[in-house]
Amino acid sequence: MYGGGNIFEKPENEIQEDPVKLAEFEARILAGEKIEPTDWMPKEYRKQLIRMIEQHAHSEIIGALPEGTWITRAPGFRRKLALMAKVQDEVGHAQLLYSAAETLGKPREEMINDLISGKSKYSNVFNYPAVTWADTAVIAWLIDAGAIINQVANSKGSYGPYCRALERICQEESFHLKYGHDNVVFLATGTPKQRQMVQEALNRWWPPIMHFFGPSDKISVHTETLMRWKVKMASNDDMRQKFLDMYVPKIWDLGLTIPDPKLRKNEETGVWEYTEPDWNEFKRVINGDGPCNAERLAVRKMAEEKGKWVREALLNRNEMYSVPLS
Amino acid sequence: MPIKSIDPRITRANIEIQNKETSKENKVLEKLDHWQTYEVFAQNKRGEHYSHVGSLHAPNPEMAWILAKEQFGRRNKITGIWITKTSDIFSVTENEEEMFELNSEKIYREAGGYKVMDRINKFKKENKKISEK
Ligand SMILES: [Fe+2]
Ligand SMILES: [Fe+2]
Repeated sequence: MYGGGNIFEKPENEIQEDPVKLAEFEARILAGEKIEPTDWMPKEYRKQLIRMIEQHAHSEIIGALPEGTWITRAPGFRRKLALMAKVQDEVGHAQLLYSAAETLGKPREEMINDLISGKSKYSNVFNYPAVTWADTAVIAWLIDAGAIINQVANSKGSYGPYCRALERICQEESFHLKYGHDNVVFLATGTPKQRQMVQEALNRWWPPIMHFFGPSDKISVHTETLMRWKVKMASNDDMRQKFLDMYVPKIWDLGLTIPDPKLRKNEETGVWEYTEPDWNEFKRVINGDGPCNAERLAVRKMAEEKGKWVREALLNRNEMYSVPLS
Repeated sequence: MPIKSIDPRITRANIEIQNKETSKENKVLEKLDHWQTYEVFAQNKRGEHYSHVGSLHAPNPEMAWILAKEQFGRRNKITGIWITKTSDIFSVTENEEEMFELNSEKIYREAGGYKVMDRINKFKKENKKISEK
């Protein structure tokens, strides 16, 4: 689901690359060709891609937790089945993305270690709890909607294995979006109590949704090189605008209120205006201080530890790890 | 202190919160803990070629096959799966592109390298002249 709000590192002082190879590489990307794992690539390209795809994979697997919480308490059997299918999809997305990142040379065990130790990040929105059933509806609709905007853009990027994984993922996301929308519509057109529930969930999730695409271009790390290399496909603010344009009218259609008095579309410029999200809170939460960070990582750690004996029982120590091909 | 979660199952699991400082060093997984890798090939429709659809981690071919079916055959209908260890695939990666350059001079092995109509027409014309005489 969730590739939003990637945090890129400031590029290190220009690593010296072979100028001829670099020129060939850039020409290839400019011509719309894909880069494959065994192709020559700049060190910085490899590093930033590993970082981005790994963050995306972690987001899928951690994103399954707030929704997974509600499987046992989903209202009715059909919703329970649908939510299980969605959560299974998300875990499958993680697996596809870990494989894509592995092709660049970082084994999956290392990625998961870095997730659990807090070294790697994942989408900030999953550090917030799904307090009621309505929260899962808002997540499945609007967070997945944001993820789709991000993933569709990224699927046109330059790295072959990542694009192929995203194509598969996007197919499944269309079910998540419809499922989430259906749940929100059901509550919003229901009893006053149901309406109140979904409104409260929207109030809780609006700030994280506005954070989802990452810090405003005005304050985020410059990413010109990454955009030229088609690692980053659209600016954070552009994706946020696209999201607002597509979904605010749909939210208003349901008679729900978005908790931002400044939110409106400037009819002259066509640009959405809004209260600037609190980027200090964003930084604070992404660095470990959100309401659920500790729980998310501890649960992930428990899963790896408790599954260890099963994996060990099946392990043949004579085997060798190989980097997946594509 | 164990975690108190809004998810009662997590509260019941009695999980300790990691110490932020020591967790940095903490390596939960070791090399090969997620086993070796396999490549997956699937057939979308009977009659079509099998093609590569992705890779996965598994401890043995049987498990790889089961996981492949779940990962690549769960949402789209497919008609068959092959799996093989990644390490069993031989490929050459150096200068791949140049190696596969086609030689456009070898027109003798193209259908388009054979033009007979000129000869036939010439032959017919000459034949006609002969028969007219
Ligand atoms: Fe996903
Ligand atoms: Fe999703």
